[in-house]
Amino acid sequence: MKPLLLESFTATSCIGQGIAPTLESLRARRSGLTRCEFETVDIETHIGEVSGVDAVRLPRELSRFDCRNNRLAELGLGQDGFVEAVERVASRCGRRRMGVFIGTSTAGILQTELAYRNRDRVTGELPASFDYRATHNSFSIADYLRQRLRLEGPAMVVSCACASSAKVFASARRMMEAGIIDAAVVGGVDSLCLTTLYGFHSLQLSSASPCRPFDVARDGISIGEAAAFALLTPPHGQLNGEEVLLLGVGESSDAYHMSAPHPGGDGARRAMQAALRSAGLDAEAIDYINLHGTGTPSNDRAESQAVTSIFGAATPGSSTKGATGHALGAAGALEAVISAITLKSGFMPGGVNTTCVDPTLTARYLSENRASPASHVLSNSFGFGGTNCSLIFGLASRALPGQVSR
Amino acid sequence: MNLSAYIAGIGVLGPGFADWREAAAVLSGAKPYSPAATVLTAPVLLPPTERRRTGRVVKLALAVALEAASRAKIEPAALASVFSSSGGDGHNCHELCQALALADREISPTRFSNSVHNAAAGYWSIATGAKLESNVLCAYDASFCAGLLEAMTQIAVDGESLLLVAYDTEYPEPIHSKRPLPDAFGAALVLTPDRGPHSAAHIEVALGEEHPDTMADPLLEALRVSIPAARCLPLLSRLARAHAGRTVLEYLDASTLAVNVAPCS
Repeated sequence: MKPLLLESFTATSCIGQGIAPTLESLRARRSGLTRCEFETVDIETHIGEVSGVDAVRLPRELSRFDCRNNRLAELGLGQDGFVEAVERVASRCGRRRMGVFIGTSTAGILQTELAYRNRDRVTGELPASFDYRATHNSFSIADYLRQRLRLEGPAMVVSCACASSAKVFASARRMMEAGIIDAAVVGGVDSLCLTTLYGFHSLQLSSASPCRPFDVARDGISIGEAAAFALLTPPHGQLNGEEVLLLGVGESSDAYHMSAPHPGGDGARRAMQAALRSAGLDAEAIDYINLHGTGTPSNDRAESQAVTSIFGAATPGSSTKGATGHALGAAGALEAVISAITLKSGFMPGGVNTTCVDPTLTARYLSENRASPASHVLSNSFGFGGTNCSLIFGLASRALPGQVSR
Repeated sequence: MNLSAYIAGIGVLGPGFADWREAAAVLSGAKPYSPAATVLTAPVLLPPTERRRTGRVVKLALAVALEAASRAKIEPAALASVFSSSGGDGHNCHELCQALALADREISPTRFSNSVHNAAAGYWSIATGAKLESNVLCAYDASFCAGLLEAMTQIAVDGESLLLVAYDTEYPEPIHSKRPLPDAFGAALVLTPDRGPHSAAHIEVALGEEHPDTMADPLLEALRVSIPAARCLPLLSRLARAHAGRTVLEYLDASTLAVNVAPCS
C-alpha cells in the first residue's frame, strides 16, 4: 500500500487523557485498572474507567447526542490539538474530501440499558428523552464526530467487535487510494456499559483481578474504555523523520467460532502476513509487536502461536491491556496510537501486571520496558466472529527517507 | 480511480419477495407488488446446533448472501465480504436490555456473543469457510450506500471479488416505537473486478450531490423509505429491467451515489 501519514493522533483511556500523560504512564508502567464500581454493576472485576466522562458537556447544538460514548469522544477530541489539525487539513483539501471512519462495538447502548429501567409502567414505552438515532444506533458515534468536526465526506462505523477500530484504517486507506477522499479521521470510541460487563462475565471471560496478559495465571480480560483518533493524509512535502506512517494493513477471517479464536491462531497469522505483504516488509523488519493480548488463556495461546510462526521467538512484543484494559471496539485505535507513541519515544512498553510469563507461550513477551528504539511496529486486533486485523506503523526516517528533511 | 465492477449474482429477501426472481418480476413491472410479511427460514448452511442459535438477522443475511453466491456460481469461500446493517439483531438486543433491567441481570452467553454487529458475517464465514477479509458497517439509513462504497473501493484498490450484503430486521417494542422498521429486508450482490460468464451488468459508482431516485409504485416507495437496506430498490429495479442508464441512490445528508448500469447481455 501507499504509506499514509498520521498527521495528528491522540488517545484518551484510563492511563491518560492525551499523548503526554499516556506516555508518562507507559514509562512509569502504571496500570489504570481499578476495582469495578461502575454504575450499579455488582460483578467482582476490574475495569479501565476514564475519569471525568460524566462531567463532559457536548456543544449545545449537538445535545441530542448526549450519552457516555459521545461524551468520551468529545473528551478525547479535545486533546493534543486534534480538532485544530482537522481544521488545518480541511482548509487545505475541503470538507467534502474528508471521511470519518470510526470503530465501536456498543456505541451508546448504556443509554438504552438505562432507558429500559425507566419504561412506562403502564404502556412499557421508553422515556420520551431516549434518542435512538443519536445514542443507540452504532452510527451515532461517526455521526456525532462528522457533525462536530463539520466534515462532509463519506462516513461510517465499522463494528467488527474488538477489531473494529483497527479495520477503520483499512477502509480509510482504500477510500484514499481510490481517490474518493484526500484525508480521513479514523478512530475508535467504546465506553463502559452493562452489556459488555455482564456479557463477558456470562462467558466467564473476564477476570476478577486486573488482567495479566501472557501470564501463566492469566484468567480473563479487564474491560476498559477509550477514545482514540488519527488524522490520515497522504505524505506531502518534506517530512520530519520522527513522523509516523501507516505502512501496512492485513485483514482475515477465522471461519472457526463466534467467541473463540482458531486454536492455532490461523486467522491471526494470515492477518499479520497480509500486513507484512501490504507494507512490503519482511518479518525481520518488525522491531516490536503490540499484541492483542487480552489475557484469556485461549486468546493469548492462539496469538502466541501465530506470532511465533512468523517471527520466531525473538521479536519482542507486549500487550498494553494490563495498563489500559481491553477497550473492545476502541482497542485497535488505542493501540495504534500506543504504537505511534512507541515509535516516537524510543522505548518499547513492557506489559504490566504480568509477573510470570507462561513458559508454554513461545512468543517473546516483554514484561519490562525496553530502552531501545523501534522503527517498525506491528499492532494486532482480533474480535468475536473470528475477525482479524493487523496494522504496521513506521517512522518516516526509515520508510520514506527521500522525503525527510535533514 | 474508476469505481467499477461487474454484478455476478443478486439475492433478495423482503416483504413479498422470497428471492431475486420474485423481486425482479415485480421490480421490472411484469407483476404487481403484493406486500406480505417476510418469511425467514433456518439457514441450511449452518450445523443444527448453530442453526438454533441464530436470530432473524442472521437468517436474513445468510439467505440473501447464499442466493447471490449461488446465482454467481462462485464458491463463497473465494469472496471477501462487506456486510452493512443499520441495526443488527433488534430482538437479541431487546432481550439483553430487558434482562439487564431486572434485578439479577443474568444474561445468556449465547445472546451476548450474538449481540456483536458482525454476528451475521461471523456465521457466514464459519458456514462457508470464507477466510478473506470481511468488514461490517453501519451508517444508519445510509447503510446500503456505505456498504456499496466500501465494496467498490475494495474492488478498485485490491482487485478482489466480493460479496456485499445489506440487511435490516425490525425491533420489537419498546425500541420499535423509536425505530419503526416494519419488517425484514435484505439484498446481496456478488461483485467482481472482471467480466465473467455469469455477469449480469457492469456498474460504475460515483459520489455526488444529485436528486435521488424514488420508486414510482407507492407501495414499493413505502418499502424503500421504511427499511434502510431497501434504499437499494431503485438500483435493483434498473437491474431487473436490464435497462442501461443511471440510478441515483441517497447516501448521507445531501450526498448521493450515482450508479451507471450497463447490462452485459
